[in-house]
Amino acid sequence: MGQESVERILANPRFQELVAKRSRFAWTLSAIILAVFYGYILVVAFNPQVLAVPLGEGWTLTVGIPVGAGIIVLSFLLTWAYVTRANGEFERLNREVLEELNR
Amino acid sequence: MTARTFASAAAAGALFLASAMPAWAAGAIGGEVEKQAVNPTAIVMFLIFVAVTLGITYWAARRTKSAKDFYTAGGGITGFQNGLAIAGDYMSAATLLGLTGMVFTVGYDGFVYSISFLVGWPIILFLMAERLRNLGKFTFADITAYRLGRTEIRTLSACGSLSVVALYLIAQMVGAGKLIQLLFGLEYEWAVALVGVLMIAYVTFGGMIATTWVQIIKAVMLLSAGSFMALMALSQFGFNLNTMAQQAVEMHKLGQALMGPGSFLADPVSAVSLGMALMFGTAGLPHILMRFFTVSDAKEARKSVVYATGFIGYFFMVVGVLGLAAIVIVSKNPEFLGADGKLLGGSNMAVMHLAKAVGGDLFLGFISAVAFATILAVVAGLALAGASAVSHDLYASVFKKGQADERTEMRVSKIATLAMGVLAVGLGIAFENQNIAFMVGLAFAIAGSANFPVLILSMMWKGTTTRGALIGGFIGLATALTLVVLGPTIWVKILGFQTAVFPYEHPAIFSIPTAFFAIWFFSVTDRSKRAEEEKGRFPAQYVRSQTGLGAESASSH
Repeated sequence: MGQESVERILANPRFQELVAKRSRFAWTLSAIILAVFYGYILVVAFNPQVLAVPLGEGWTLTVGIPVGAGIIVLSFLLTWAYVTRANGEFERLNREVLEELNR
Repeated sequence: MTARTFASAAAAGALFLASAMPAWAAGAIGGEVEKQAVNPTAIVMFLIFVAVTLGITYWAARRTKSAKDFYTAGGGITGFQNGLAIAGDYMSAATLLGLTGMVFTVGYDGFVYSISFLVGWPIILFLMAERLRNLGKFTFADITAYRLGRTEIRTLSACGSLSVVALYLIAQMVGAGKLIQLLFGLEYEWAVALVGVLMIAYVTFGGMIATTWVQIIKAVMLLSAGSFMALMALSQFGFNLNTMAQQAVEMHKLGQALMGPGSFLADPVSAVSLGMALMFGTAGLPHILMRFFTVSDAKEARKSVVYATGFIGYFFMVVGVLGLAAIVIVSKNPEFLGADGKLLGGSNMAVMHLAKAVGGDLFLGFISAVAFATILAVVAGLALAGASAVSHDLYASVFKKGQADERTEMRVSKIATLAMGVLAVGLGIAFENQNIAFMVGLAFAIAGSANFPVLILSMMWKGTTTRGALIGGFIGLATALTLVVLGPTIWVKILGFQTAVFPYEHPAIFSIPTAFFAIWFFSVTDRSKRAEEEKGRFPAQYVRSQTGLGAESASSH
């Protein structure tokens, strides 16, 4: 990969669009999972009784069970959301950038 | 068969995780335990597994022609297969035995631990997966040394990889020996040697192709066995989790407290530190990172993380159900209790007893074989990661300055695998009765504090220079190592001092920021001409990491 192609790609507005969109999306999703996880850990450390409340009258399962399972499901859904967009929209943009280089 | 006794036999599974657990969890596995009777089903199942995997190794050996085939399976693994293999790397015997044991002993806290173990994956996907695939070739040092000084940075990354691999491997070996001794009635030395021989066979002959398929088969076995067991257990409660939980609470000494967070993460510093160690340590484990080079492109690399996250997350939920089920089905059943009223083999055997209770001897045999297969698959991955660090980073890039021919490099990696196998067996035997509980924790600390910061900054921050990465990486390594030595596990439990100089089990909350700061500081103060050149090479690296232009492609098979 020559210096010239690097400069052409860096100057390509589509490339800039790709990088801007993708990093914004990636950092947003990262922020969500970090906030949720460390928020949860801090609740476990400082206010554990919140998670120990039973789900309702006559229930043994506590709030902590769906919350914990929810974090696992959320992790999966966020990765799924990222891949759907990255392998679709971002991959298309990426291909266009590379095709323009060969023109 | 003489029934020999040995102390804390079932430390087996716990050893992998114990370091990351508080003291009570490690203590829960104590006691003199009688070795279990030989289970013929287990042996037959295991022999079938070995036969199949050796068959695969033979097939893989014929397809392993180039260095690329050997290190990365020619880049021909699909996202789905790779996702299963990653999940396999992550679902070790420790997860199956240790996490169910934790839920069995302390309930909800075991679940918190599982969750901490999972959430690193989304971060790896969002910030690293495509960059790793686009920049990497065989090892993660290909990325850290992309624009930085080859000799220095390769040496640093190879040291980081080898330390992690060595610590992990010893812990796995000792755990494997004890587990096999317990489940199959085999002598400890023979068990360790057997694991070593099979590991060497898979890796030297079959390379990454065999290693990946062994991992995939085992992941499928583990997922199906876990699901089957959970369904069988739930069926006894009319598939009502709440009914099961109710009975568990009635039988457990913790009572309703079982269902909420307990003492495990009461100290916020330890809680956050553990979370950081698990999250960022994962992103610095060489045997995990190398999986990103086995797929054809960034697209497949991303897919593999989605599948991996799905499988691992699902498995952790199953593990929670199994732990809870074991409380009801196993904990008061005299068949599984020793004379002292404690669980035979300690809490880490809970899932094994559960297997027998819900599926009889046949299913227990199957689960035992799965546990053994799990260990084999994980050590094979570790050995391959270590061998690549020796042959590709140290030999070909540092010693031969990149002038090594491919055949010699492959030969070196096979010799390295052999040496590593012999060393692992030797150390496994030497450490049989040592307290090795700290080893996996230390491995995660080094991975998170030395490998991860250098890797992520070299990919993302233009200003990283060789000097910064080198000094910062070694400072991270030294900080992690020092704090672990001064911490409660080594300083107090092993060296016998009264109080720990460093009060926390996990150094991550201090050592990871220290490494980042040091890399930053020694990079910005680096005014050399070389530093300027290194920064000048960033744009090309950046374009490649974002677009995959010039990235390694899959070899044609």
